[in-house]
Amino acid sequence: MSLLEIENLSLSIGSTEILKDIDLHLEQGEVLGLVGESGSGKSMTALTLMQLLPPRAKAAGRVTFDGIDILNAPEEAMCRLRGDDLGMVFQEPMTALNPVKTIGEQVAEGIRWHTGANRADAENRARRMLARVGLPEAKFPLARYPHELSGGQRQRVVIAIACALNPKLLIADEPTTALDVVLQAQILDLLRDLVEENRMGLLLISHDLAVVAQMADRITIMRDGAVMETGETSQTLLQQKHPYTRQLAEASTHVPTKARQPDAQQSASPLLQVDNVVRDYKLRRKSLFTPAGAFRAVDRVSFTLNAGETTALVGRSGCGKSTLARMILALDRPTSGAITFNGHRLDSAADSELRAARRDMQVVFQDPYGSFNPRHTVERLVAEPLHLADKKPSREERRSLVADALTNVGLSSSAMDRYPHEFSGGQRQRISIARAIIMRPKLIVADEPVSALDVSIRAQILDLFAELNASMGLACLFITHDLTVARALTDTVMVMHEGKIVERGATGTVFDNPQTAPAKALVEAAPDLEHALERRRQRTAAVRATLPSQI
Amino acid sequence: MSIDPVFEASGERHILRQAMGNRSFLIGLAITTVIALMALVSLFWTPYDITRLEVAQRLKGLSLEHPFGTDHLGRDIFSMIMVGARNSIAVAFVAVGIGAGIGVPLGAWAAAQRGWADEALMRLNDLVFAFPALLSAIMITAIFGPGAVNAIIAIGIFNIPVFARVARAGALAIWPREYILAARASGKGKFLISAEHILPNIASILLVQGTIQFALGILAEAGLSYLGLGAQPPMPSWGRMLFDAQTRLVVAPHLALFPGLAIVITVLGLNLLGDGLRDVLDPRVRRER
Repeated sequence: MSLLEIENLSLSIGSTEILKDIDLHLEQGEVLGLVGESGSGKSMTALTLMQLLPPRAKAAGRVTFDGIDILNAPEEAMCRLRGDDLGMVFQEPMTALNPVKTIGEQVAEGIRWHTGANRADAENRARRMLARVGLPEAKFPLARYPHELSGGQRQRVVIAIACALNPKLLIADEPTTALDVVLQAQILDLLRDLVEENRMGLLLISHDLAVVAQMADRITIMRDGAVMETGETSQTLLQQKHPYTRQLAEASTHVPTKARQPDAQQSASPLLQVDNVVRDYKLRRKSLFTPAGAFRAVDRVSFTLNAGETTALVGRSGCGKSTLARMILALDRPTSGAITFNGHRLDSAADSELRAARRDMQVVFQDPYGSFNPRHTVERLVAEPLHLADKKPSREERRSLVADALTNVGLSSSAMDRYPHEFSGGQRQRISIARAIIMRPKLIVADEPVSALDVSIRAQILDLFAELNASMGLACLFITHDLTVARALTDTVMVMHEGKIVERGATGTVFDNPQTAPAKALVEAAPDLEHALERRRQRTAAVRATLPSQI
Repeated sequence: MSIDPVFEASGERHILRQAMGNRSFLIGLAITTVIALMALVSLFWTPYDITRLEVAQRLKGLSLEHPFGTDHLGRDIFSMIMVGARNSIAVAFVAVGIGAGIGVPLGAWAAAQRGWADEALMRLNDLVFAFPALLSAIMITAIFGPGAVNAIIAIGIFNIPVFARVARAGALAIWPREYILAARASGKGKFLISAEHILPNIASILLVQGTIQFALGILAEAGLSYLGLGAQPPMPSWGRMLFDAQTRLVVAPHLALFPGLAIVITVLGLNLLGDGLRDVLDPRVRRER
C-alpha cells in the first residue's frame, strides 16, 4: 500500500469548487512534484492533507495516509500526526517562524509535544537536527532568534522543525520561491538528502518546472483544481503528451524573439553613466562610546548604459542590486560617486532639478499587487508620471495618452475606469508597464518584473518587454536573480556580488563561460529544465546499466 | 482570471453589503442617528421651553405631559436631554475636528519627514499624553474660564496627539509600498504623495479613531460640565444635569437616571459604530468572521 493515497478528492469552499477529483499516490522515499500555476489548487491539496483548511471548506473523497483516513480523522488524531509523521515546510521563511522564540525552542517544541521528552532531551535532539540541516551549534547557538538569521538559514530552521521527528511524509509548499538561486540549490540539496536518509516521502509543490524536474521522481500537473497529467518526471516532460504540459514547458523555456539587433552605432555619450558609486548604510551603534559602523551596500560601482541597450543586473539577494537601482532612479543618494543620466547629474541635484531627468526614466516593480494605490482608477494610476509634463495635459489629452499606453501593453482602453483589484497579476504588471511608458522614457528600470508571475504569463510579459524595447528604442535595466529572464531579454549582463560588479559582458558569453566565482555559483545553481532532464535521463540510464540482472 | 481575495472584497459594493450584515455597526448607527436627530430637532422645537421655570411643576415624576419628569426648577427633563444632546454633540464634534484637523496633518508630516522632526514631534506628543486628559482640561478651563468654547478647545487639544499618532503609524506603513516609490519616481513631492496616496489609504483607521474620540469627547464634556466647567446655565448639558440631580438623588432618582442613560447610550452607540466600522473597513478582521 502506498504511503499516501488520494482518491477522488474534491474540495469546495462555500459554493466555489476548488478541487475536482484529484487522484494522487506517493510511496515511501519518493519525491512527487506537484506543479501548477497560481489558483490551480496545489496548495489547497497540501492543506487538505494536513487538515488545515479554511473554515467552511468541505472535502469529499478519500485520503489515506499510512493507513489513516485523513478526511474522517478527529482533530486530536490530526494533532498527533501533524509535526510528527506529517511535516510541512512553507514558502515564506520570514513569517513561518515565531519571532519571539529562539530557534532551539522552536525545534524542541514539537519534539517535546509529540514524544513527551523532557526539556534537556528535546534540546539535544533539536541540536542534532539543526546541525543536520547545516546550522551547527558552534556557529548557530540554539539561543539565536529568527531575525538574527538570513532567509536561507531561516528556511533551514523551518525544515528542521518539519523533519525533527523523522516524518514519513514531508510536504514542501514552494519551499524555495522566496530564496535566491544559490540558496535554492542548497535547500533543494538538503531536502533531497533528507529524503534519501530517512526514506521519507516528499510532496514538492512548485510553480517552477525546472525545480521539479531536478527533484521529483514523478510529477503531477494541475490546473484549475484538476489533475492534467501525472507520470514519471522525465517521460512526462519530454513527451509532453498533454497540451497543457507542453504549454507549461514551452513557457518555462520561452525566449522572446529579438526583433532588433543591438545597436552597433555607439552614440557619443552614453545614456547612463555610473561612476564609482558608493552607498553606505549606518549601522546601529554597538555601544554609546564607539562610533556607529557602516554597511557598504554598493561598493565603487561604475558602468555605462547606451540608449536602447538592455542589460541585466544579476546577483544573489542582498548583493546591493536594488540599492543601486534606487540610486539610478534618484530615489536614494549615493554616499559618494557620480551618476549622470542623459546629461543630468542625479547624485547631487536638488529634487526640483530632477524633473527633467525623471521624465526620461521610469520603473517597473516586482509585485503587481503592491505597486498600485488600491483606491485609484487605472486611468489615474497610469497617468501618474504625467505629473512630470511641463504642460499639464487636458482631461481629453490625458485620457487619450492613457489609452495609447494601455494599447501599447496589450490592454483595452476600457480598462481605464476600473480599479487594480479587478485585474489579474499579469494584467496588473501590464498596467505597471503602461505607467512606465506613458511619458515615452529613454530608460526603464525593472526590479524583478516577472518573478511574481506564473510561467505562462511571465512569457507574455517578457515578450512585451522585448517588443517595447524594439519599437520604442527603450533602454532597459533588468534587476533579477533569474538567469533565464536575463538570458531571454538582455544584450549584456552585469554580475553583482557583495556590492561590487564582479563580471560584465555579453549575456550569452558570461552565462556560458562565467569567469568569477560568484558568477559561476549563480550559473551552476540556476535551475534549468533542459539540463535537469538531461541529468535525470543519464542517471536512470546509469541505474539501469548497473542492475540488469534484477530485471 | 485570478483575483486576490483581499482586494476583491474591498470593492465599494462589498463594503455596503458587509455593513448591512454587521450587527454592531447597524445598532451603533441607529443609536447615533436617533441622538443626532434629537439634537437637530431641538434647534427648532422642544416639547417645553427649557428657559421657562415653573416652580409649581418641580420634581414631578414620570407622566404623559412630562415623559421623563421635571427637575428642581420645573423644567421638562426630556426637553433638556434633547438640548443637552445638541450641546454634547457640538462640543465633541468640534473637539474631534480640532484633533483630526491638526493631528492628522502633523502625523502625516512626521511620517513623511522622518528623522529629527518626526522624533521631536512624537516626543512632544508623549509629553501631552503624559498629562491626564481630563485633569489638564480642568486646568485649561480653570485658567481661561469655564464655558462651552473653552471646553471644546481643552478636549480638542488632547485629541491632537491621538490623531497624530494614529496617522503617523498608518502613514509609516504605507510609505514603503511600491506605489509610493512609483509616485516618487514620477517626481511627486512629499506633500502631494501624502495628500494623494497616503491619506486616502489611512482614512478608514482615522474614521474609526474619530468615532471613538467622539465618544470620549462626549464623556469628557459631561465630566467638565459636571464640575461646572463646561456649558454654563441656562444652557443645559448632561453633565450639569447629573450634578444638579446629585443632591436630590433620594427624592427624585429620575433626575439622575435620564441624563446618565443619555450619556451611556450615546457612548455605547458610538463605540458600537466605531467597532462595526473597523470590522467593515478592515478586510482582515472581516474574513475571520
